[in-house]
Amino acid sequence: MGNDFIQSLTEAVVNYEVEDAVSAAKRALEAGVDPVAAIEEGLAKGVRIVGDKFGAEEIFLPELMVAVEAMKQAMTILKPAINKSSRVEKSLGRVMIGTIEGDIHDIGKSMVGAMLTVAGFEVVDLGTDVSVERFIAKVKEVEPDIVGMSALMTTTMLRMKDVIEGLRKEGLREKVKVVIGGVPTSSEWAKEIGADGHGWNAMEAVKVAKRLLHQPEERS
Amino acid sequence: MPRFSHSKRPRLRLLSEEDIEKIHVGSMKLLEEIGVQMHNDRALKLLNDKGAEVDFKTRTVRVPQHLVKECLLKAPSTIRLYSRDGKHDRLLERERVTYNPGSSALFFLDSETGELRRPLSRDLARLVRLTDALEYIQAQSTSLVVSDVPEEVADRYRLFIVLKNSPKAVITGAFSIDGLHDMKKMLEIVAGGEKELARKPMAIFDTCPSAPLKWSEINSQNLIDCAKSRIPAEIIPMPQLGATGPVTLAGSLVQHNAEFLSGLVLAQLVNPGTPVIYGGSPTTFDMRHGTARLGAIETMMLGCSYSQVGKYYGLPTHMYLGLSDAKIVDTQCGLESGIAIVLGALAGINVISGPGMLNFENCQSLEKLVIDNTTCGMALRLIDGVRVDDETLAIDLMRKVGPGGVYLSEKHTLEWFRKEQFMPSALIDRKEWRTWKNEGSKSTLQRAKEHVAKILKEHQPEPLPDDIRRDLDAAAESILKSHKISA
Repeated sequence: MGNDFIQSLTEAVVNYEVEDAVSAAKRALEAGVDPVAAIEEGLAKGVRIVGDKFGAEEIFLPELMVAVEAMKQAMTILKPAINKSSRVEKSLGRVMIGTIEGDIHDIGKSMVGAMLTVAGFEVVDLGTDVSVERFIAKVKEVEPDIVGMSALMTTTMLRMKDVIEGLRKEGLREKVKVVIGGVPTSSEWAKEIGADGHGWNAMEAVKVAKRLLHQPEERS
Repeated sequence: MPRFSHSKRPRLRLLSEEDIEKIHVGSMKLLEEIGVQMHNDRALKLLNDKGAEVDFKTRTVRVPQHLVKECLLKAPSTIRLYSRDGKHDRLLERERVTYNPGSSALFFLDSETGELRRPLSRDLARLVRLTDALEYIQAQSTSLVVSDVPEEVADRYRLFIVLKNSPKAVITGAFSIDGLHDMKKMLEIVAGGEKELARKPMAIFDTCPSAPLKWSEINSQNLIDCAKSRIPAEIIPMPQLGATGPVTLAGSLVQHNAEFLSGLVLAQLVNPGTPVIYGGSPTTFDMRHGTARLGAIETMMLGCSYSQVGKYYGLPTHMYLGLSDAKIVDTQCGLESGIAIVLGALAGINVISGPGMLNFENCQSLEKLVIDNTTCGMALRLIDGVRVDDETLAIDLMRKVGPGGVYLSEKHTLEWFRKEQFMPSALIDRKEWRTWKNEGSKSTLQRAKEHVAKILKEHQPEPLPDDIRRDLDAAAESILKSHKISA
């Protein structure tokens, strides 16, 4: 019986229907469907299908972004129903992302979030203009495996270093991987400020995240 | 007299109404006072009988104004060009544009060797199958003169290969008087009979006056034979400015127009109401190298100008555009072809022949054809224009997203992006630099080669029904036999 509810979640995502995804999530909970199954077998499956189509160049960014948005909206219904201590089992890891203080560019960071979601990561998006203090407080609260910072301007890019310093002072640096991205950034800059990785585009960001969490021995 | 107006949004116009009138009056004067030479006794007799002033000794025909005007009113404003499968029919009228490959190239640019060589039947079959797959090259042409069949049947054989490999309509032409009859027979087999072909034309035949002001026997007879069978004829004056036409654009337009009108009069006198297309392949003469400049801006301007005259007469129009004088697929090749393809679309020229062609009018390239296809797609998007209505103005959406918001994940974006944005093939590189570099730093030509190979491997044109294929093969065989050539 749960299967129908789970399937309608998948369908809402692959049909790019945000409102349908939300109502399907509500119906699933009312029917007593396990929220973890609803997320993993319903929403995540749909997003994977969409991701494959994107990889095969059958669809474009708007479809991908709306599918991820449908998942995100449905998650806001399903997530509070999950027992707080249990993590989403099959997730590749939890990634917290945000655009650094002083910078209000959202698109690149949102694309990275969508690609990570499609790849199977759990994504927490802090939005834009995120202060150094907020990054650090959120690392404590969310306990991500990776924190990703984005900057579109050379001026704001300098603040990335402050976040890493702050994490070190709070004794959090060893508990989380730090990844940076955005047009002015580079792997050289990542090295200089002591970040663990750099992605020059959204696809690359996914590769970097996978490498850091799942193939640490291959890291250079 | 004008049967056309830019009632909606203005497009490209190089001539004012007054300019067009002056050219028209000049051509009328030219036809009435100087006349054209016609090396065809049947044509001379017909024109004489119908009221033209014919000097049989010098073969000169002077056409009175009233006769030209009568004939102009008989020619149809719309031509529907049919495809074998009914999926690729083209309407030639108003500002609708149909692109097709530049025709009758004597050479083929072999992408494996990079050399210019004489084309083989195999090359033409590949070019036709490629064209069949290309979305924005909406009609075929007999684009290569193949060298592996004897010259005297080359015109028929080209058409045979096109008909076998694609259902799209074809722009063609004959090299001899008998050639047209044989080609017509082949078309009748595909159309299902003589009446069916007259009712549903699947091919346009090009006929070309010889500038200045002359018609050869073959071309005038081809025109007469097209008219008899109501096969749409494209009349293609081709003055070379400064050599076989006045060097001034306006003067050459007067001559071009007079040559066209003389053909139109002949066609309408043979069979009133027969479809005629106002065409051309004018060129400017290169004053340093003595070559015909197809990629020159003035050549493009001529096409955009005489098409205005053609529209003033209410006729479908044609021009050779999208060709390049470059010898390889390079920057000159891209810029000359690209500018012309866009200008032709803005001018609303109905049949634009030229994609794939370089080395003036002499060479076809598969790689250039797929690149031009993309430019044609861009040009068609351009003339589609800017849609302005409540949904596209998107005020409600802007209210929803608000300052600092993101449109990318909005349903409106998802619903509209494919309609608003032209989506080119992988031929056009829009990757970010590092990805492009990691994938091998490929040039346009390299990507074009890959694109051609992929299409030729994957695309299956709609096959001819078995009975038609058998009849067509038999017809081709009997044509070869009648020329004492074994198949």
